[in-house]
Amino acid sequence: MSTPVLSTTALTKRYGRHTALAETTLDIPAGRIVGLVGPNGAGKSTLLALAAGLIRPTSGHIEVLGRTPAADAAQLARVGFVAQDTPVYAGLSVADHLRLGEHLNPAWDRRFAQARIAQIGLDPAKKAGRLSGGQKAQLALTLAAAKRPELLIFDEPVAALDPLARRAFLQNLMAFVAELDISVILSSHLIGDVERVCDHLVVLAESRVQVAGEIDDLTANHHRIVGPRGSLDALPDGIHVIAADHTPRQSTLIVHDTTGRTTLDGAEPIGLEDMVLTYLHRAEGLTAPTLQETRA
Amino acid sequence: MIDFHLEPRSGVAPYMQLVHQVQQALRLGMLEVGDQLPTVKQVVAKIAINPNTVLKAYRELERQGLVAPQPGRGTFVTATLADASLDAHAELKTALQQWIAQARRAGLDDDAIQALFDTTIRKAPQVTT
Repeated sequence: MSTPVLSTTALTKRYGRHTALAETTLDIPAGRIVGLVGPNGAGKSTLLALAAGLIRPTSGHIEVLGRTPAADAAQLARVGFVAQDTPVYAGLSVADHLRLGEHLNPAWDRRFAQARIAQIGLDPAKKAGRLSGGQKAQLALTLAAAKRPELLIFDEPVAALDPLARRAFLQNLMAFVAELDISVILSSHLIGDVERVCDHLVVLAESRVQVAGEIDDLTANHHRIVGPRGSLDALPDGIHVIAADHTPRQSTLIVHDTTGRTTLDGAEPIGLEDMVLTYLHRAEGLTAPTLQETRA
Repeated sequence: MIDFHLEPRSGVAPYMQLVHQVQQALRLGMLEVGDQLPTVKQVVAKIAINPNTVLKAYRELERQGLVAPQPGRGTFVTATLADASLDAHAELKTALQQWIAQARRAGLDDDAIQALFDTTIRKAPQVTT
């Protein structure tokens, strides 16, 4: 198999006494579009900044595309990073941005960059400060992709965009992936978007990874089981209960079948959003609201 | 050519949604043998989904013997689901209409009918095996 795009072992980042990321062990294969989800302050930006090499771990180990992040110029050229709020230089024109990108990146693909700018419909003479939020995001995406990296990292790329601009950004990003054969890691609050564009998921909460894996496997192996009270007390080996809710007569469980092949009576599929919420609620020590709704 | 869409809250994996849409189009005769499916690039640029999802859906349709890739040209429909089942549609529809009328007489509203249908069809494969 090819080198994993991101591989971490007990990766930890502390700021003073505050632990931003704790004991994170991940192994993400190349060629994936990875969705990183979790509440604010969960450690998403910290993990992305570690992967981009902007900060160094306090302890543990991280490799991106098989090497230490930002180890040298060659490694920097392999990774494109777009920080939160898709920063561009307000005083520079779109054309200035392309010239700057060409000067700073040895593998810059000028034809690609100009074709994409034309396709999005950006005026090269326009100052970036006068672009809409959606246009700024598209410019930042084009700049990051035109350096022809092997991995693109986005921190909340669509958070500030209206639904139309969001969809246009994702369409463009997916077209890049189909065209350039790159891996992508992006963080998002919008699980619907993650389900649409990602094939690999990492759920972070309370500075820790709650669950990670291929999305199709995760949704196939998580179930909701509803049964008479007491009937669900004994489950086969390898069935992990993520959440349990009981009324006097009925029990509702959200379970993770870690064997991937157990047949459970009364098991129903659970959508990605409910699955993620169940993990986030568990991390905060709360019962999932999706379960409370079933209370009579 | 078939137009794909994605229902984000359906709980059905995106690649299966694409598979179902092709099967549905084949059943209803909207896609016929020889028709071309959109290319991966066309699908991802249109509905903003992961290219791997489209590939996975096309591989599944290929496994089911419904489509076949032609190198350099695209993916084409090689079989149809319409022949046998279309004939049965009218009869099944009549029976379903009678059943719905019976359910309404029994006091079920549309939501209750839908819920009964959904839970029954979900459990049906477990009953027959």
